[in-house]
Amino acid sequence: MKHLSEEQLVWFYYRELEDLAGVEEHLAGCDSCRVAYREIESLLEQVEAPVPERGEEYGSQVWHKLRPRLEPRRLWAWPRWVLAAALAGLVVAAFFAGRFWPGQLRPAPQPIAQPVREHILLVAVGDHLERSQMVLLELVNSQPDGEVDISEEQQRAQDLVAANRLYRQTAARAGEAGLASVLEELERTLIEVAHRPALLSSKEFEELRRRVEAQGILFKIRIIDSQVRQREQTIRSRS
Amino acid sequence: MEQSEAAAIEQARAGDPEAFRVLVEQHSRTVFRLAYRMTANEQDAEDTVQETFLRAYRQIRQFDARSKFSTWICRIAVNCSLDLLRARQRRRESEDPIIPDSAAGDQPSPERLAFSRQVQRKVTAALAELSPAERAAFVLRHFEGVSVGEIAGVLGHSNGATRHSVFRAVQKLRRALEPLR
Repeated sequence: MKHLSEEQLVWFYYRELEDLAGVEEHLAGCDSCRVAYREIESLLEQVEAPVPERGEEYGSQVWHKLRPRLEPRRLWAWPRWVLAAALAGLVVAAFFAGRFWPGQLRPAPQPIAQPVREHILLVAVGDHLERSQMVLLELVNSQPDGEVDISEEQQRAQDLVAANRLYRQTAARAGEAGLASVLEELERTLIEVAHRPALLSSKEFEELRRRVEAQGILFKIRIIDSQVRQREQTIRSRS
Repeated sequence: MEQSEAAAIEQARAGDPEAFRVLVEQHSRTVFRLAYRMTANEQDAEDTVQETFLRAYRQIRQFDARSKFSTWICRIAVNCSLDLLRARQRRRESEDPIIPDSAAGDQPSPERLAFSRQVQRKVTAALAELSPAERAAFVLRHFEGVSVGEIAGVLGHSNGATRHSVFRAVQKLRRALEPLR
């Protein structure tokens, strides 16, 4: 008579075999399989993982910690990318306010001083680079075993694209060729992430990750971000 | 699905964060238990609970109302735990496996207790050595009593691959506990 395999015995323990009755019958008549099964049974019965107690009030504690992190999702609200672009637009407007203020028409407000304008832009671009870096890092560091949902990262990438465009144009107009060039590459990468399907097979995901890594964009962001931060600090220490 | 849960899901899908409270209060303990078994660390489990509900809130419009919310939230919890385990695996090499505090209640004889603690330590160490996919499959099958078919759905694997993960986990546990037998 053919003996039962270790795998069959394990699945018999979990009652996930098609022919449970057949296995039971075999065990009743086969000493060696019965001994092997007892061993597996006693091993698996020892495998416990006691969990610390959480009382009835636990759900409420979780909720109170979670609540401040939840934003109301208004279905009628403007998409987040519009808000991100608007914010970036304000920063850019502040940057150019000092350059193109129409002084002849009205004497009123004082133009924003050059270091202040530059500081505003550098802080905003620095934050933008960090946010972009986080999205790309999360993608690059994921190791999915099966299908992966990147809709959240895509949403964030979409938000960043609109802002990125404004910062890139501003940097180009301000003669910041290096910054504009990295922002241009970043924009291409963000668009690529945003335009993929939300659900990727592990193969498609791996391909996306390889493309992001091959572009070396994370390294470039890191370099340019640290330069931006340094300049920002220098301006701050001078003022 | 209970009426209150169905209504809460509907309102949360419409963008009301307060409606989400019912779901959090109802499923927090289950999510914590699963997260703790996956991560073997209380703080990591707490972080996973928060991350799970945050992701669920952001993705609730993708929830198919015909499915069970408990299955959906457990799937998110497993994925959050897997992310954490993978991140931990990347930075872990030099660290010892985390041994959780014993949460056992009964106090048998000192010898039995010592033996049981020894087994527990071995089991914990062996569980920590499993790959994230093996650990997830084993925890769901062994501790949570989830069927192979459902686990395969949660992990996005085939039934065959899931069975293989569980079986490999059992083999590794057998090898780890062999010296105590």
